[in-house]
Amino acid sequence: MAQETPAGDLRLANLTKTFGPFTAVDDLSLTIAQGSFFALLGASGCGKTTTLRMIAGLEEPTSGQVLLGDRDIAGLRPYKRPVNTVFQSYALFPHLDIFENVAFGLRRRGIRSVDSQVREMLSLVQLDGYERRRPTQLSGGQQQRVALARALINHPQVLLLDEPLGALDLKLRRQMQIELKRIQTEVGITFVHVTHDQEEAMTMADTVAVMNAGRIEQLGAPADIYEFPATAFVANFLGQSNLIAGEVSGSNGDDTLVTARGARFSVPSARARADEGPVYLGVRPEKLHLAGAAVQVPAGSQHLEGTISDASYVGVSTQYLLRTSWGTELSVFVANSGTQQRFAVGERAVAYWDPRHAFLLGRRADEDDRTTPVLDQPVGASS
Amino acid sequence: MSRVSRWLAQHWVMGVALLVLGYLFLPIAVVAALSFNRPSSRLSYDFNEFTLDNWRNPCATSDMCDAVLRSAQIGFLATVAATALGTLMAFALVRHRFRGRSGLNVLIFLPMATPELVMGTSLLALFVAGGVPLGFWTIVIAHVMFCLSFVVVTVKARLAGMDRRLEEAAMDLYASEWQTFRRITLPLVLPGIVAAALLAFSLSFDDFIITNFNSGTTVTFPMYVWGAAQRGIPPQVNVIGTAMFAIALLLVLATMLRGRRARRSAITAAVPAPRAASRS
Amino acid sequence: MSILAHVPAGSGQPASPPQTARSARYRFLPYLLLLPGAAWLLLFFAVPLVQLASASLYDPEGSLSTGYALTWAFGNYPTALQQYWPQFSRSFLYAGMALVLALLMGYPLAYAIAQKAGRWKNLLLVCVVAPMFTSFLVRTLAWKTILSDNGWLVGLLRDVHLLGPDGRLLATPIAVVLGLTYNFLPFLVLPLYASLERLDYRLLEAASDLYASPLKTFRRVTLPLSMPGLIAGTLLFFIPATGDYINAELLGTPNQYMIGNVIDSAFLVRLDYPQGAALSFLLMSAILAVVFVYLRRAGTEDVL
Ligand SMILES: Nc1ncnc2c1ncn2[C@@H]1O[C@H](COP(=O)(O)OP(=O)(O)OP(=O)(O)O)[C@@H](O)[C@H]1O
Ligand SMILES: [Mg+2]
Repeated sequence: MAQETPAGDLRLANLTKTFGPFTAVDDLSLTIAQGSFFALLGASGCGKTTTLRMIAGLEEPTSGQVLLGDRDIAGLRPYKRPVNTVFQSYALFPHLDIFENVAFGLRRRGIRSVDSQVREMLSLVQLDGYERRRPTQLSGGQQQRVALARALINHPQVLLLDEPLGALDLKLRRQMQIELKRIQTEVGITFVHVTHDQEEAMTMADTVAVMNAGRIEQLGAPADIYEFPATAFVANFLGQSNLIAGEVSGSNGDDTLVTARGARFSVPSARARADEGPVYLGVRPEKLHLAGAAVQVPAGSQHLEGTISDASYVGVSTQYLLRTSWGTELSVFVANSGTQQRFAVGERAVAYWDPRHAFLLGRRADEDDRTTPVLDQPVGASS
Repeated sequence: MSRVSRWLAQHWVMGVALLVLGYLFLPIAVVAALSFNRPSSRLSYDFNEFTLDNWRNPCATSDMCDAVLRSAQIGFLATVAATALGTLMAFALVRHRFRGRSGLNVLIFLPMATPELVMGTSLLALFVAGGVPLGFWTIVIAHVMFCLSFVVVTVKARLAGMDRRLEEAAMDLYASEWQTFRRITLPLVLPGIVAAALLAFSLSFDDFIITNFNSGTTVTFPMYVWGAAQRGIPPQVNVIGTAMFAIALLLVLATMLRGRRARRSAITAAVPAPRAASRS
Repeated sequence: MSILAHVPAGSGQPASPPQTARSARYRFLPYLLLLPGAAWLLLFFAVPLVQLASASLYDPEGSLSTGYALTWAFGNYPTALQQYWPQFSRSFLYAGMALVLALLMGYPLAYAIAQKAGRWKNLLLVCVVAPMFTSFLVRTLAWKTILSDNGWLVGLLRDVHLLGPDGRLLATPIAVVLGLTYNFLPFLVLPLYASLERLDYRLLEAASDLYASPLKTFRRVTLPLSMPGLIAGTLLFFIPATGDYINAELLGTPNQYMIGNVIDSAFLVRLDYPQGAALSFLLMSAILAVVFVYLRRAGTEDVL
């Protein structure tokens, strides 16, 4: 089973899952390199768990393939796959104690002397001494760590983690993140990690995929996705973006020209996802700077004027809202480095940015400015 | 004064409950007392004189002990058969989609909604029409029939409350279908099956009405009591009644104490069952 | 990260077909599991009912010795009903009265165990179930002792003049109703307990916070939330109580006989199978009719 053959890449090919009329996973194709740390992000209900379940063999795909190396494992029963899962709901066996829960996989594979391995695993997740407790006698976070230990101990070729750290407090979560990352690099297991925590996804993963309604909206290295999102959804799901509705009005050498609200802006064509029709001009809040008046804006920058409508001090930075003449509120994060001018609510101000930090995204003709983050996501995390 | 009325307002429900419990235990107390009685005459039910004789030789009336033994045998056979068949049905109903499901649910529900009398008489009509001699085996057949629905309902409730993801987790951890059943499903459903079996046994052991129609000349314990009631009941009947009560109570208390740690005690598993016990 | 790439769409092999061998086995499995039990129920429950239905239409002139002929004698029904109407209506009357009594006793009991008993909960629950382990007949006979004319209860009631000097309890409708109430009370209490136990105590506190009056809290919150258990419990009480004849036989006289006594004697004493069958069917249809009307009005049909 595990570790007999080199695993090879995990490939999903045109994977689709429908529940009656509802399509939970829609023609998903992607490759996850052997030994890499892959993070799957997406709003609740977008099909992340369903995707993992198809990889684990707990859900039969409506169509499509799951390949490990060159082997199509879609037809294998779950217990024949070198894949283990840390379940979103833990699914610890209530009638077995912690030791037996962790030893379960080893025992099923006929391994006799499990004692030292289990103890090692339990101390890895800091649960020494809990061997003889029942799952119901543990806290939520402890249960989660048992679930992790129970899967990890099998050294599978692919480990599927469905929000494994969700119930842990911040400190323990950071520890476990480091621990997980260390295990992953040491053992060379392919990790597929579903999480709601963008920071977690970005710091741990080699590759991040953002899912929306059963499809992958964008996939790539964390920094690439963050710096140059592919869609408005990604731009606002991962961190926060100011998206201003405009039209492409032409091009000028390497730049694409955009008209928005009567003003003209330019963006390097390499950072444009669309070169005609309605577009969004996007700038991240931390890429915006504030100045008291248009004359103070450095040459080469582009700017928008407005009134400060809100200023919240959050320690490392101050987060301003700048209300433009047409009512849209732009987010501006200004680092509290001590050298920046402070603005008060009601003051006039100018937000400016380097055109090389802006990006252009396709837009449906009827869509308006989007500056608020997608609900249920922490604002501006990992900026 | 207001303290008293506040106390009353808070505790009257408990008071009523204790009174009702007293009502439930009153006849048991009488049975227990009479088991130590030396009756003055055959038809007298009054407490006459304390004695341990009845407990020392409960089998003084040997046909009574035969009847108890026979009831136990029938109860055992009916329990084994009904629990086996009913558990299989419960698994099919909870775990599989198939055609004819609602029809089957009606077939399982109806015996619980049918007066025992009607079941007894209709079975009698069948046996008579089919020329089947009445006796031990016709009683077993009848008992399996009316216990079956209660087993299905009890096991089904337990099974439906079980998290499917536990089995998925087991399969994910290299347990084959059979190992998953053996290591995860069965241990988790077992309390439900045990509760169902206990229920089936008590239903069968205590059944009078259906048995009365299908027993021919075979005598079970309830039938013995029924017959004796006309002639005067030997005090040993009360010994049996008290002993059964005591054994059952100890059994339940023991499981309760043992199961205190694992919250799902047999009691909890049996809670959907009560409906069950409706057979006398 | 160049190691990552989307697999070009459409390049994959055709979708893997569902695993036909396994799913075929799975399609037959439920039928295999169901077969023995369902066959048993069909053979020994459904078929006999049909048999009984046809027996109820036999020529009433026949007898066990001369044999019966199926003459579609629908007249058996009106005849039986006419002849035994008093016992028939009495069954429903007694069962109904017993039900009211049982509700008055059972609801507070179930409520107290579920919400007030704290750590005594399980013990009290056992106490409700425990009496059932003593044989049904033995318990009923004990009631006969308790209610007997020279027992302490009658003596007490006579002393306080609740009963006249010659008043009795045994052999009266009171005794039969009391016996019915007693014997089937646990079947009312247990389902009721199960739904009251799930009731969140904070809901009651929230309600008393909002409505203030305990009576209103009960009517608006407790009662509606315990409805499923109440319905299941009432049915489990009412169905066997209506068909019972042991209590009438042991605690009453022929004047208190219920329809069960008549059916019993039709089959076992008078050997009048057509009439016994017709009465059985009348009883069953009447009960089912009551059950369905009741479930309709209670607005739920999936209690059991
Ligand atoms: N067995 C099922 N039957 C019908 N619909 C289902 C089933 N399982 C999942 N779904 C639906 O498929 C969609 C995707 O579910 P999935 O569990 O994959 O979401 P998720 O991305 O993991 O969400 P979350 O972040 O909340 O865990 C949801 O809309 C869900 O309601
Ligand atoms: Mg999920």
